[in-house]
Amino acid sequence: MPLPSLSQSSATLCFVLILLVPLAGAGLALVNSGLGRSRSAAHMMMASLCVIGVTAVVYVAIGFSWQGVAGRPAHTLMIAGRPWNCIGAERFFLRGFPLDLSAESLIVLLQIFSLGLAAVIPLSAGSDRWRLGAACASSALLAAFIYPLFAHWVWGGGWLAQLGVNCGLGRGFVDGGGASTVQAVGGLSALSITWILGSRQGKFSTEGIPAAIPGHNAVLALMGCLIAWVGWLALNSAGALLFAGAGPSSVVLIALNTTLSAIGSGLTAAVVTRVRFGRPDASLTVNGWMGGLVASSAAAAFLKPAAAILVGMVAGFLVLSSIDLLEAGLAIDDPGGAVSVHAVAGIWGLLAVSLLSNAGSSGQWLAQVAGISTLLGFVLPLTYALNWLLNRLYPQRVNEEGERQGMDLYELGAGAYPEFVVHSDEFTQR
Amino acid sequence: MKLTGFLLSAAGWAIVVAALLLLPSAAFRVAFVLAGIGVQVLGLVLATLAHRVLDLERG
Repeated sequence: MPLPSLSQSSATLCFVLILLVPLAGAGLALVNSGLGRSRSAAHMMMASLCVIGVTAVVYVAIGFSWQGVAGRPAHTLMIAGRPWNCIGAERFFLRGFPLDLSAESLIVLLQIFSLGLAAVIPLSAGSDRWRLGAACASSALLAAFIYPLFAHWVWGGGWLAQLGVNCGLGRGFVDGGGASTVQAVGGLSALSITWILGSRQGKFSTEGIPAAIPGHNAVLALMGCLIAWVGWLALNSAGALLFAGAGPSSVVLIALNTTLSAIGSGLTAAVVTRVRFGRPDASLTVNGWMGGLVASSAAAAFLKPAAAILVGMVAGFLVLSSIDLLEAGLAIDDPGGAVSVHAVAGIWGLLAVSLLSNAGSSGQWLAQVAGISTLLGFVLPLTYALNWLLNRLYPQRVNEEGERQGMDLYELGAGAYPEFVVHSDEFTQR
Repeated sequence: MKLTGFLLSAAGWAIVVAALLLLPSAAFRVAFVLAGIGVQVLGLVLATLAHRVLDLERG
């Protein structure tokens, strides 16, 4: 997909939308904090702020030079007589890059905010046991290598985007709002982090039976959903304008589809938990809502409203099933459901582009499958390997004393709620 | 088992990419892409099971 030529008014609209994107990260940070324990609540917010900062600096310093922008300098490989764009060739620290109201400059700004959002996702999976310094170092790896490389392939005119032109697979890999580059990459980083850190003390019995460790503040989590909704409306709209060839007139459809998908998924989660448990479960409804936002990201510009509701409903079912499977079946301790919400729903959103939308033509599904395969066969092993190496050099998990005290007291020296009695281990198995 | 799982996952991806980039016939492409995805799923299952065992041993 070549870079769009934006009129002054379109560029201004895009700029305003991009300024709202940080609300997605803010909402997600609140969700993560609310779904975590009270003794690590301030640590979660502090970590969110720090990783957003670290990723922005690292991305500007080196990450963007690998990612680049479609139509700008890049390294290509000739395979079977066709050129395949592999990696960007920009200069470090954005030197020589136009920073005006052009599409290129808007992409850089959007990328910095999107990357911040991707870096906040794994924090939820490492809740209560991931050291602040390690989270920042891991985010730096994400910003320096993993995100820019994959984003180049999808958004920077790379080989996944070229599958349409070079192989006749529809429009090539389509992802307007970052279901793969932001959400699935963040979700798979979360999976790597849970594997490397291991589960929280007392989460699983020796037979693998999970203990319920409920989130400490449903109000924070639900408020986070509402704030993230605004950020997602902006993210999906700006992404579709810059990466999916959508025109300014389509922002209404994109906003509507994003909203309908979130509602479809959130209500599905509420109804399913009402049927299963007798009452709707707030934390799973939060996960459902967020899963609907994630699932809408890839295809919001191409769906009809009824299809957007269907995408959301399927996302709701998938998120709930995945949370059950990961916790009860596979003993993966993911306190905020980051893997299910961001990786599973993101991958479903990518498939929905070919199954339910009018994007591309025959062969579009193969392009989407190629993108998903790249996430599972390249991004996940790379993320795991880099974090495993980091863990060897700088242990990422806090020690037993830190876990017992809580991350707030141990790493920050003060709790989020100093005037309240903080619950200790009453939820965990002894 | 963990390393094998990740290697299988990467190998499956290589099959998918090679099929798309090198095979001219649509039917062969689809067959090899699906085979590659199958290999990836196998790899992910292995990696997940390996971590489950490790995590439960760690307590």
